[in-house]
Amino acid sequence: MSSRIEQVAGRAIVLDGNDLDTDRIMPARFLKAISFDGLEAHLFEDDRRALKKQGTRHPFDDPDRTGARILLAGSNFGCGSSREHAPQALSRWGLGAIIAESFAEIFAGNSLMIGLVCMSASSADLTRLREAATSDSAREFVLDMTTARVTSGDLSVSVRMADTARAALLSGAWDTTGMLLDDVAAIERTSAQLPYIRGF
Amino acid sequence: MAQTLFEKVWERHAVRQLPNGQTQLYVGLHLVHEVTSPQAFEALRVRGWRVRAPERTFATLDHIMPTRREPRPFSDPMAETMASALEKNCREHGIPLFDPSTGDQGIVHVIGPELGLTQPGMTIACGDSHTSTHGAFGALAFGIGTSQVRDVLASQTLAMSPLQVRRIEVSGRLASGVYAKDLILAIIRRLGIHAGTGFAYEYAGETIERLSMDERMTLCNMSIEGGARIGYVNPDRTTFEYLRGRRYAPGADGDSSAFERACAWWRSLASDPDASWADRVHLNASEIAPMVTWGINPGQSVGVDDCVPQPAAGSPLQSGIAEALEFMGLDGGQPIAGTPIDVAFIGSCTNGRLSDLREAARIVAGQKVAPRVRALVVPGSQAVALAAEREGLDDVFRQAGFDWRTAGCSMCLAMNADRLQGREICASTSNRNFKGRQGSPTGRTLLMSPAMVAAAAIAGEVVDVRTWVRESSVVAN
Repeated sequence: MSSRIEQVAGRAIVLDGNDLDTDRIMPARFLKAISFDGLEAHLFEDDRRALKKQGTRHPFDDPDRTGARILLAGSNFGCGSSREHAPQALSRWGLGAIIAESFAEIFAGNSLMIGLVCMSASSADLTRLREAATSDSAREFVLDMTTARVTSGDLSVSVRMADTARAALLSGAWDTTGMLLDDVAAIERTSAQLPYIRGF
Repeated sequence: MAQTLFEKVWERHAVRQLPNGQTQLYVGLHLVHEVTSPQAFEALRVRGWRVRAPERTFATLDHIMPTRREPRPFSDPMAETMASALEKNCREHGIPLFDPSTGDQGIVHVIGPELGLTQPGMTIACGDSHTSTHGAFGALAFGIGTSQVRDVLASQTLAMSPLQVRRIEVSGRLASGVYAKDLILAIIRRLGIHAGTGFAYEYAGETIERLSMDERMTLCNMSIEGGARIGYVNPDRTTFEYLRGRRYAPGADGDSSAFERACAWWRSLASDPDASWADRVHLNASEIAPMVTWGINPGQSVGVDDCVPQPAAGSPLQSGIAEALEFMGLDGGQPIAGTPIDVAFIGSCTNGRLSDLREAARIVAGQKVAPRVRALVVPGSQAVALAAEREGLDDVFRQAGFDWRTAGCSMCLAMNADRLQGREICASTSNRNFKGRQGSPTGRTLLMSPAMVAAAAIAGEVVDVRTWVRESSVVAN
């Protein structure tokens, strides 16, 4: 069901601030649905509205950033809830990768499950990427998963993610269900040995 | 070889190593609710898969539940759609559903322990980050996303990478008026909201050993607010006595020897004294004051006798503090005590259990909620509500001017009708003070213990429950 992800290329969108939590990314009141369809319309809705009131514009309201493929964020991105609605909405908006100083663990895991690449970069490198993207909305970036580098013109920085996650994305094994059902006998063997299943 | 509980339980549930290097981990208990499961069931339907272990899967309705008695269909059509979808999915796959008609409905992290489903040595997964709560029993319990819910439904396993273990040792006595909620807020404040990434938190030491199961659940519940996906306490006699006789606990059918055998296994899972931990931290509980958050994440808290921090020029945290203070409408350097509140919310998977309601009721008994304060108590489960009503706690709260509601997640995340309006400021026993969390984009949250919220509801402002208790008892005398 899943494909190999070797590269994410395109324009970038930049978000300021650290600890952007899942309730900020996707306010809970928009989660009343039984599918993920259309969630992307509500991305950062409260932040966008607050900025509009102040007469400024949220990056996700900037028409020049529409179609961006790479999100550049701060540290501890996606902290909070385990609800997959946050990465689902970001992915459905069109993002293929997020580059941040660091990620909350469940968010990064959820993103991996849907093939949304989460890579971290050093603070200095991230600043360089952010500056380059902020000054030119048309600037193109290429994230190469094999070399774990982001390149744009003469700018090139290294990014990282857990080896297992990178291997999964590169090999197309990030959609896990099929893989988990490959060896049903092994599942049975493990469960049969557990005292609380076997009976005390 | 000496091992931690994490290592022992992980090893026993490891099915095999996956081609990508992750571990395929067996899930002993899968808890399901209406918000994060419908897309997972749909994925199963599309691929023609069945639920692999319906007998290890249990469902309830919590996030969207109206907390005023409402007949079906619910007046909120989306809530009705979500409830019906869960009912249909559970019926189709033979999954027991604890809906309100069973008397067992409640917040998933309240009913799992209550029913004895949550047991030491299990791996427990649920599409909710506060699944860490169940670690109070010495289980490895963690939140998962919807794609992982699909994986567990289809295979009863997950692709996971092991965590490191940080042992958080706590010694000393919590002062009167200081609770497990204050302890975990103090831990998060000290370590930070990101420090737990890649770690399981093992809470240990004399203070932890003295905590009741309800208190241990409050502690483990908020591990994720410190970035740790898993928090746990080694199982001991307190754990076993809590579980004895619960409906799904071993030996519930009267075979007491089965329960004894279970206890022996559970005891063997506790971290060995000479195990090695990736990190160790020590805290003295006696130094902790009742905590109150002043900002927009759970690490931004101070003791109630302390002041809101001043953004220090040049500090890397400056922009974060300034943003938080601006949103909260607080001035750097002002005392947190005396902050007026509009709403008091007592409930949630953090503090919606019977002992929480008892502590709050003790404070409000014979008092009145301050004028203009909206106050509500939402029991964590139908069983908690019933037990509280048997003790007359509902009357205590009602007479003081609180609303007494039915069980659900309610104003912790406001997916039902209970929400803040405009810039209202809420003293809340819940777990997250994120912007917009309680249903109004500009609403503000002050996290604290049930006793502190109860006192704030009466006083109409943040007060120190330690001194406030003394003053009110003087009046009563």
